[in-house]
Amino acid sequence: MLKKLSIAAIAALSLSAGSAMAAGGESHIHDVDFSFEGPFGKFDQMQLQRGLQVYTEVCSACHGMRYVPLRTLGDAGGPQLPEDQVIAYAAQFDIYDAEKDEDVPRSPANFFPMGGDPAAPDLSLMAKARAGFHGPQGTGINQMVKGMGGPEYIVSILTGYTGEEKEEAGTTFYENTAFPGGWIAMAPPLYGEDVEYADGHSTDLHHEAEDVSAFLMWAAEPKMMARKQAGFVGVLMLTLLASLLYLTNKKLWAPIKGKKFEG
Amino acid sequence: MSGIPHDHYEPKTNAEKWLDSRLPIVGLIYNTIMIPTPKNLNWWWIWGIVLAFCLVLQLATGIILAMHYTPHVDMAFASIEHIMRDVNGGHMIRYVHMNGASLFFFAVYIHIFRGLFYGSYKAPREITWIVGMLIYLAMMATGFLGYVLPWGQMSFWGATVITGLFGAIPFIGEPLQTWLLGGPAVDNATLNRFFSLHYLLPFVIAALVVVHIWAFHTTGNNNPTGVEVRRGSKDEVKKDTLPFWPYFVIKDLVGLAIVLVIFFAVVGFMPNYFGHPDNYIEANALATPAHIVPEWYYLPFYAILRAFTSDVWVVMFASWITGGIVDAKFFGVLAMFGAIFVMALVPWLDTSRVRSGRFRPQFKWWFYLLVIDFVVLMWCGAMPAEPPYSIISLIGATYWFAYFLVILPILGLIEKPTTPPATIEEDFNAHYSKPAE
Repeated sequence: MLKKLSIAAIAALSLSAGSAMAAGGESHIHDVDFSFEGPFGKFDQMQLQRGLQVYTEVCSACHGMRYVPLRTLGDAGGPQLPEDQVIAYAAQFDIYDAEKDEDVPRSPANFFPMGGDPAAPDLSLMAKARAGFHGPQGTGINQMVKGMGGPEYIVSILTGYTGEEKEEAGTTFYENTAFPGGWIAMAPPLYGEDVEYADGHSTDLHHEAEDVSAFLMWAAEPKMMARKQAGFVGVLMLTLLASLLYLTNKKLWAPIKGKKFEG
Repeated sequence: MSGIPHDHYEPKTNAEKWLDSRLPIVGLIYNTIMIPTPKNLNWWWIWGIVLAFCLVLQLATGIILAMHYTPHVDMAFASIEHIMRDVNGGHMIRYVHMNGASLFFFAVYIHIFRGLFYGSYKAPREITWIVGMLIYLAMMATGFLGYVLPWGQMSFWGATVITGLFGAIPFIGEPLQTWLLGGPAVDNATLNRFFSLHYLLPFVIAALVVVHIWAFHTTGNNNPTGVEVRRGSKDEVKKDTLPFWPYFVIKDLVGLAIVLVIFFAVVGFMPNYFGHPDNYIEANALATPAHIVPEWYYLPFYAILRAFTSDVWVVMFASWITGGIVDAKFFGVLAMFGAIFVMALVPWLDTSRVRSGRFRPQFKWWFYLLVIDFVVLMWCGAMPAEPPYSIISLIGATYWFAYFLVILPILGLIEKPTTPPATIEEDFNAHYSKPAE
């Protein structure tokens, strides 16, 4: 009974876990080996800074990040810009001040602005709001290995344009191998060499796409590294506790059970 | 409190006597935690403690989350992000609460199936079973209400679909749904009352848990053999049982600690594994998600709900005989609640005189099939409502009802059970010997 039910329980757990991911059409998401994957994964500070640059110079023309406070750009575990740079970065965006009845520069206490295009979705949580991997059989078990695939989805969208276009009801759609349905309203935002990195890192399309996806993962989950650390402390302490309790239990029951019979 | 004879608390000092004559609370606690417990309980009996822990965990984290959450359609989603980004430790508290719900249901399903296998529902423990089912229903309601609060896309559309189930009830359905929602559609009034009820129901669950514990402390625990503790004298009781403290408290804590290692790994390393990515998109009444999927713990019953489409003959028959009042949608709702209702009735549906499945050679296989059926239904619930999943769901739903309504009543009459041990002591000593003194 014990063994059979255990197997059933594990199957139930893993089946159901990803089951919710069964949604979504046929789209091709390729796996990217990001630095922040797995229990030991960490954000690459330089990559986040490069991604911030791509976001600022390209994405932010249309998209906003209304839930991300500007001050968090200076937080440990993120792009970790120095304080003066955070202040300068924030000041490039305006915000309406009701008292003065005029637009004033943003301070680090404000949030990233909303996007310029109301049709462009907010990017604050985009990397958590999409799942790249659903298999096998819609069970989502492979997420255990690959992660949810949110940043991979963004990379695949940014690099998935085929060059085909079509017009429908006055809107231009662009063929994209990663987008569910195959046609996306967003014009190809990146072509490669769209920005110039201060650290001299390659600016081909793939690198830019990966950098901005990593940045968006941070924007969606800024406490990821703190969370993993808490997870480690929790697992270690509880393993220790479980071991001590196991020994306590063994000692407690020994006089009751005596020596176990064979068979 | 306990029906099994054992030593009771005797106040010794004057202070103890003073308190005991006014409020016998120490005695109550003593009798509760010193209850004579069958000494042959196996590891399937640890889940009660896990469940009690889950309730406390959800209450503790939930009360903190409520301090920072705003139940308003314009601010709820942003207040969750505020918790995730600004509140000290907020991201951990929320992830623990989110995954705590999954742990709660994982534990309750094992707890329920343990009861189904070892016949824990049978006389004299019917009340314990029924109260347990009420707790389970209250948990389902609480989980559903809680999932609406972040005000993401799945929150909104899940609430729309589930409250729509009430709309399927003939005649009173639509006014009932409007009354539940506080308006014609899911909106601010809905979010406010769902928050209020999500805060209330856990305390109802806590009260039911007290009754649940009270009930089985009166009858005594079941055990893997299903053989009752001998109650002739305290000496007989002592041969069959050990006090709950320390023997079972420590044992259960071992189990709990191991479960929590896995739980913390999930929270720390893949906290969104059981969630749905669409819930990180703010609710939008104008954009329906491609597939609306409930949380994993509702999936088996969601599959049963969807299994009975209008082309199934029972549905057509029900529709014909009621003159169209019972349509496919209402039939599905009846089937879903019926699936839980037949489970609640199992004490009277199982005719076998032998309690534990361990001594029922045929029952075992039907039971294992029920577990598989449950997993398959869970999988179907997550899949789109189209062939082959709709057919598999229908077969699975049929087996669920057949198990409780046909197999259990008949099996008890035709099955030849093997002989259980005469006493718990005999079962225990068959596994262990006394130490050499």
